[in-house]
Amino acid sequence: MSTPAIEIVGLTKDYPVGFWRKRMRRSLDNLTLQVEDGEVFGFLGPNGAGKTTTLKLLTGLIFPTAGTARVRGRSIDDFRMHRDIGYLPEQPYFYDYLTARELLDYYARFSNYSAVERRERVDRFLGLVGLASAANVQLRKFSKGMLQRAGIAQAILHDPPVVFLDEPMSGLDPIGRREVRDIILDLKRQGRTVFFSTHILSDAEMLCDRVAVLAGGKLQGVGAPGDFVSPEVSGMEILFEMRDGRPLPSVLTRAVSIGTRYRLEVPDAELYCTVDRLRECEARILSIAPVRPTLEDYFIRVVGQERTAVHALEGMAR
Amino acid sequence: MSAMPGIVAINTFREAVRDRVLYNLVLFALMMIGAAILVGQISLGIERLVIINLGLSAISIFGLLMAVFIGVGLVYKEMEKRTLYTLLAKPIRRSEFLVGKYGGLLLTLVVNTAFMTLGLVAALYYVGRPFVSADAWIFVAIYFIVLEFALVTAIALFFSCFSSPMLSALFTLGIYVTGVFGTDIRDFGEFTKSPVLKVATRSLYYVIPNFHNFNVIGAVAHGEAIPVSLIWQNSLYAILYVTLVLVAASAVFSRRNMK
Repeated sequence: MSTPAIEIVGLTKDYPVGFWRKRMRRSLDNLTLQVEDGEVFGFLGPNGAGKTTTLKLLTGLIFPTAGTARVRGRSIDDFRMHRDIGYLPEQPYFYDYLTARELLDYYARFSNYSAVERRERVDRFLGLVGLASAANVQLRKFSKGMLQRAGIAQAILHDPPVVFLDEPMSGLDPIGRREVRDIILDLKRQGRTVFFSTHILSDAEMLCDRVAVLAGGKLQGVGAPGDFVSPEVSGMEILFEMRDGRPLPSVLTRAVSIGTRYRLEVPDAELYCTVDRLRECEARILSIAPVRPTLEDYFIRVVGQERTAVHALEGMAR
Repeated sequence: MSAMPGIVAINTFREAVRDRVLYNLVLFALMMIGAAILVGQISLGIERLVIINLGLSAISIFGLLMAVFIGVGLVYKEMEKRTLYTLLAKPIRRSEFLVGKYGGLLLTLVVNTAFMTLGLVAALYYVGRPFVSADAWIFVAIYFIVLEFALVTAIALFFSCFSSPMLSALFTLGIYVTGVFGTDIRDFGEFTKSPVLKVATRSLYYVIPNFHNFNVIGAVAHGEAIPVSLIWQNSLYAILYVTLVLVAASAVFSRRNMK
């Protein structure tokens, strides 16, 4: 059996908080998960869930309070592990006195490439992230989206087998987001493992082989995006409009207005009788579609449960 | 030997060179040397002494200010601006990063000192006095000044690993001043009747670097020769002290959690 790309066992991180009376706040609680080689793995969670903490632990920027992790079989304490990883931090900051070309050249030097190889790589990756025309512009003149692109380029410049991306779509316009999605899919095609955190669920559904949902520092679930979605239909969605500006009949007040149209969600068993009512008042039915729970529904449910539990505990403590 | 510190050092040097504050300091130092020429013109017969004294003092003071105020931000700034995040994820050890930052600032100081030395030599040439063999000791004084920079930069870097720039600057300047008067402080302790004070001043004398031995500006200005033994002694002392401070800084920094 092949070595997993990332293996996390009981990873825990406490931070001291407070100035005079220091107490510990748990940012990550006993995280255990495994990411297989070549997987695109999404790490989902609301702000403050512990996603960035996990990525910082895996890249050696901070040290765990308890637990261990291995990347391609090497402990995160092992210096050699860094040869196998690329990392894009959340809202990356770079030496703003450097140009994009100088920045990438600087990072490429740590991988011992020759001058010719460095030049070739820097040009290639600047082109890949759409920064070729801004190659000689100092980073202090870059927009947030351009910095994000430079950050992605430095993370994959040395062809690392495992790439950690912390909110890679953050600050990007729709075109930029699509380009980053294409880069992630391209990395997957090359057989690399991509571990990225996001709270944009559509990106996770579109890109990930598997996702993990984190809330309050605790792992809430791991699986393929489809695993979080019940195959069973929870109801039917009817989209309709009223003819000649007629008012909505009182029996259909549950319908939600969307411009001139209405959207109504009904249980499966009530579908036919609702359609009959719509026909009686001569409404024009535009579409009828089954409603299935999405990853977003799952996400909102687990995050909501976690927050309710935290509030309950805080209430008990008071 | 790993090439990693060299890569960081060159980038640190590049940062300093692109920092306008650095140019201002060099310009100011050159202005000081210009002032020395003026003073020299109104100090009949002792132009050489005045110019060498003022010139070397300006090189020393401005270099020390650079060492302290750039040194205290070397690591702190990288942590605050989070430029370290991407760097430490690369295959570079934290100790290599520190040595690189140290080397980069030292290189900057050496290059600046070289420019200021050129200014001093130009000033001596300007007053029209022929160069004599005793003038060679000026370069020994400058070498000692560079050794002082090496020590001060290491201390500033050490504090930069765990303290804010303001506190680090205070600590570094405090150590420097204590080090300049280290011999006096020890002698003061010897005269007191308190054994506690005696031990405290003696400990300070041994723990704090002894900067007094590096100051030969007065002697050089008077054309006195510098003993070769002092050159060896100061060189070895600086190398040993800098190594110890950098090892301590690495020990602190290697377990430091990034924010």
